[in-house]
Amino acid sequence: MTKIKSIKQLTSLLEEHLKGKVSTKIYNDALEKLKEKYKEYGLSVDEVLNIVNEIINRYTSSQVDPGEPVGTVAAQSIGEPSTQMTLRTFHYAGVREFNVTLGLPRLIEIVDARKKPSTPIMWIYLDEEHKYDEEKAKEVARRIEMTTIENVAVEIDATPYEGAVIRLDPVMLADKGITVDDVINVLKKLKIGKNVYKDPEEDYTVRVELKQEKIDYTKIEKIKSKIASATIKGIKGIKKIIIQKQGDEYVLVAEGSNLSGVLKVPGVDYRRVYTNNIAEIEAILGIEAARQAIIKEIKGVLDEQGLDVDIRHIMLLADIMTWTGRVRQVGRMGISGEKPSVLARAAFEMTVPKLADAAVSGEIDPLVGVTENVIIGQPVPVGTGIVNIYMTYINKEEPETPLEGEISISMGNEESGEKQDSEE
Amino acid sequence: MPGKGRITGIKFGILSPDEIRKMSVTAIITNEVYDNDGMPIDGGPMDRRLGAIEPREVCPVCGNTRDSCPGHFGHIELAKPVIHVSFAKHIHMYLRTTCRVCGRLKISEEERKKYMELLKNLDELRLKYLKKRVHEYIRRKAAAQTKCPHCGAKQYKIRLEKPYTFYEEREEGVRRLNPAEVRKRLEKIPNEDVRLLGGDPNEARPEWMVLTVLPVPPRAVRPSILLETGIRSEDDLTHKLVDIIRSNNRLRELLDTGAPNAIIEEEWNLLQYHVTTYFDNQAPGIAVAKHRSGKVLKGITQRLKGKEGRFRGNLSGKRVDFSARTVISPDPNLSINEVGVPIDIAKILTVPERVTPWNIDELRRHVINGPEKWPGANYVIKPDGRKINLKYVDRKALAETLAPGYIVERHLKDGDIVLFNRQPSLHRISIMAHVVRVLPYKTFRLNLLVCPPYNADFDGDEMNLHVPQGEEARAEARLLMLVEKHILTPRYGGPIIGGLQDYISGAFLLTNKSTLLTREDVIELLGVAGYEGEFPEPAILKPGPYWTGKQLISLFLPKDFNYKRLARIGSAAALRCIDEDCPHDSLVIVKKGEFLIGVLDKASIGHEAPESLIHWLVKEYGEDTARLFMDYVYKMFLRFSEKYGFTMGYTHLLLPKKAREKVKEIILDKKNEVYELIEKYKHGELEPRPGRTLEETLEDEIIDLLSKKLLDAVAEAITPYFNLTNPVIIMARTGARGNPVNLTQMAAILGQQTIRGKRISRGYHNRTLPHFKPGDLGPEARGFIAHGFVEGLNPIEMFFHAAAGREGLTDTAVRTSQSGYMQRRLINALQDLRVEYDGTVRLPTGEIVQFRYGEDGVDPMKSDHGEAVKIDRVIEKVIGWRI
Repeated sequence: MTKIKSIKQLTSLLEEHLKGKVSTKIYNDALEKLKEKYKEYGLSVDEVLNIVNEIINRYTSSQVDPGEPVGTVAAQSIGEPSTQMTLRTFHYAGVREFNVTLGLPRLIEIVDARKKPSTPIMWIYLDEEHKYDEEKAKEVARRIEMTTIENVAVEIDATPYEGAVIRLDPVMLADKGITVDDVINVLKKLKIGKNVYKDPEEDYTVRVELKQEKIDYTKIEKIKSKIASATIKGIKGIKKIIIQKQGDEYVLVAEGSNLSGVLKVPGVDYRRVYTNNIAEIEAILGIEAARQAIIKEIKGVLDEQGLDVDIRHIMLLADIMTWTGRVRQVGRMGISGEKPSVLARAAFEMTVPKLADAAVSGEIDPLVGVTENVIIGQPVPVGTGIVNIYMTYINKEEPETPLEGEISISMGNEESGEKQDSEE
Repeated sequence: MPGKGRITGIKFGILSPDEIRKMSVTAIITNEVYDNDGMPIDGGPMDRRLGAIEPREVCPVCGNTRDSCPGHFGHIELAKPVIHVSFAKHIHMYLRTTCRVCGRLKISEEERKKYMELLKNLDELRLKYLKKRVHEYIRRKAAAQTKCPHCGAKQYKIRLEKPYTFYEEREEGVRRLNPAEVRKRLEKIPNEDVRLLGGDPNEARPEWMVLTVLPVPPRAVRPSILLETGIRSEDDLTHKLVDIIRSNNRLRELLDTGAPNAIIEEEWNLLQYHVTTYFDNQAPGIAVAKHRSGKVLKGITQRLKGKEGRFRGNLSGKRVDFSARTVISPDPNLSINEVGVPIDIAKILTVPERVTPWNIDELRRHVINGPEKWPGANYVIKPDGRKINLKYVDRKALAETLAPGYIVERHLKDGDIVLFNRQPSLHRISIMAHVVRVLPYKTFRLNLLVCPPYNADFDGDEMNLHVPQGEEARAEARLLMLVEKHILTPRYGGPIIGGLQDYISGAFLLTNKSTLLTREDVIELLGVAGYEGEFPEPAILKPGPYWTGKQLISLFLPKDFNYKRLARIGSAAALRCIDEDCPHDSLVIVKKGEFLIGVLDKASIGHEAPESLIHWLVKEYGEDTARLFMDYVYKMFLRFSEKYGFTMGYTHLLLPKKAREKVKEIILDKKNEVYELIEKYKHGELEPRPGRTLEETLEDEIIDLLSKKLLDAVAEAITPYFNLTNPVIIMARTGARGNPVNLTQMAAILGQQTIRGKRISRGYHNRTLPHFKPGDLGPEARGFIAHGFVEGLNPIEMFFHAAAGREGLTDTAVRTSQSGYMQRRLINALQDLRVEYDGTVRLPTGEIVQFRYGEDGVDPMKSDHGEAVKIDRVIEKVIGWRI
């Protein structure tokens, strides 16, 4: 039992026996941890070699086998735990002020590739200047938060002859950093009245004289809501912002999502802004970002429910959803609908229309997938189904041929591969 | 399967009228089905030439009996053309994109050339998705054209009124296009233009979508049923064909006699209706065709569609022979890879065994035993392929003639391999291979440890069993599907099979520090575990020889096994151990196969516990070692649980008076806080939370107070009265069953009942029950339960509890269907993916989805809880004995 005398010796030992045989990540990890143990307990050469051998062993035996139906396994690994999820749609996700869709409904939403999640939420991180100061964070929040007249008004009233009266809340105005003049400007842009003015008698009250043609009892409610929802400032779609402290920095959590808008706001650290709207991420940051978002969102849903699912399954799902360059839905409008096989499409959903479509375009089912081969009663091309055994048949009557049969094991798509080559 | 005889592709297309006539053996001209003697009429819908379906009937066309006659098509010559509903959409597309006069694609000559070139190039590059989009683009472009670029004719908008009527919207008014006109237009479209629009003129000329000849399917497709009363009942399709023929004949007659146009139109429409409902009796916008009894007829579409349709019900999933189903019950004495099969079932399920010189004597005995006596045989197949039923022959004589080359379908025996399954089959471990053990009684028996993968319990669950019939199938079952090959799940790379419930509490009690075993105990326990080897030395000598449970476990651990992990009981802060020197004994340490300290619980031997003792045992010593460990050592846990007399009852939940008063006090406190809140709310002093109304704020705060805060406070108050000698706590802390919340609910208080996250508020007007005043917002009136199960609930509380309980039930019902559908979609989207020999993940068409599976090529099932190598574990394994 020769002891290892220095870290240098340990490093060279690993370099000699482990490097190149396993992935770099594992190598570095092993080096790091062995150094630690060496400092603490000391190591002998034999022990290190034993550890190295075990690592190599485990690494090589952990690799996937060819033919492994990884898709099916991924689908089952995500689908099976989803039956155990609770159906509590709403849950507080760190921020108790907001309802966030979680659990099965959210999972279905992601897999459906909906254009807009039912509860869009953004996490807006701030740049160096703003992130440590609550006041400064608030300042950025004010820039982002969509403020409508309703948010700053105590009362909005309108009658045909007196016109519209908007009583503003001074506290809210101050909180949002808005002046009465801002409100008046917005009201002017609405073009509903011929005159917008501050009430000379009452502070914080704005009056709008309605245009003659607008004086109509049936339209009064519409005018009221138009005033109420008029945007004073902020970014469209961001309804509310909560300032949260994460570690030593302040983070804005926003209800509603508008990635392109928020990215432009000064004070925002555009590198770290996050939204749970995958379609938006796809449109603005591209398909790779969308893939990452899908993984993150699904993992988040599963983790929140305490379900342990290997990340590789989720990655595969995200990859099949995004590999064409756009986010495709899992279902007949997406992945399943774009399969090359007529029979597989027909067996999934919309049987007859799919068959009619195939007939019109004279499609050929290449019979390469799983469903098609189940339908026609052939072995499926996954798992042990990709291996063929050929044996040269030896006729006993012919004495010239040797007695041993020549057995060759071929890989899956050999025939089709050859065909493809000859076509080219 | 070898290349020979393999189907490599299926081409789809539309039958042309010529093809229909060519494949037809006869024209069907009369709607009468049978004559007075009950014989099918020639030229009727049940014409004998359409194939033999009766027993011993000889087909006049091919000369076969019904077993080998494939059936033959007939045809109906339609008096006027009719639209095929399923293609209405496509007809509409062709009409919109082509000129109404010259029939050419409404795109200029240069552009046509350009697109043709483009499509050719895309074809060469095999970019079929792009091709599809080019077709889409051409269609849209051509449809937008209002003037034909070739002949200059003005184009009108064509409207399709579902399901099959076409209108042309001219300036002078909307005009209906009858099928004959539609067909004329379609006929004019040149082949090249069809191709540009994404059609295939060779397999599907557009005009073929308007029927002039209707194929009549063979009789075998629509057999008539003979009812008990002797009345013949025809298939729905035959009924529909009769309607079509009747209507067709009438229309022809009208045409021949030169009837007025309106009458012809009407009859033509009727024919169109019948043909439509024959194809699809659920086409939107038209009345469904019904029997005289009012029963809705089944069209061809209905036969194909849906879960029970041809595709999903008969082609993607099939019914099988050699299967059995019965109730399951537990048997801890079986190995985890065994299944107990009732003898009655073993006498029906058979395995074909080829006679060889080595098994001939045994098979002779089987044959002599016959179908009634187990182990016997049900059939013998002679080398010439004849199958002999052993029920009706002289079995002794037959057994004598048995020779190599014969196949005996013998009964299921011990040691046979079978597949065992429980629905819903949500993952691959819902079907595993087990080894047969033929047992008395009528239920399937299985080891309790395999309940988690099947998600089975014994409250009446039934399971299915399949007997593989081929040598390849049996080999794959043994090599790939056997239970022990699935101890580790690919879902997260950890054991899914492992201890549960009594196994865990038993293991805890056995390995507990205070457990001391006498010689007799040790002998008994080692006896059930099947221990062979030297008797261990006692750990304690004074006052007498005593052994510890840990000693017994050590006997079964591999001698070089090192393991260190916090036990589950240590996850509670009060019982956590940081190092060896700790009174709670919650740090498990095994060095060189010697179990030194700690207790076994769910974290070490449980199911769904990755990085546990059992996990490393499977990974490092193989599945056989792990299986034997589970078969034998786990039995010891159960036996100790029995010896100990582990039980739980009412008395274990009783709180001393002092504690009860304390709980009451806490409840009163919180209630008062709620009343204060309500007062504040009523006086308008309550501050609304941002983005919530006043009422919502009040509700939120009340729920906050009454559920989480209250339960936490109560739990804190009662925990001192429960410790690890209490069986309820043992179960909750070790992970055997239940959790601390359950304990609080039983011993002290149930707390606030909620529906959809809100207090119970519905029922009567402004109140939940007539016992309360309207508008009462107090805790009791809104589903607060101030008692635990020990004390018992009052009737009102019981009602609220039931109401909240109902929500859970409906939730489960809704969720199963939702997640079931999601999983079906996931499977369908992902099932074709596989890892290729080069390590990439590809679709069967060759497209690469991942260049390396999971970015590192690691199979989750073979990983260490998701990592290719858990370095920490490797170090622990090697040098764990000295650190």
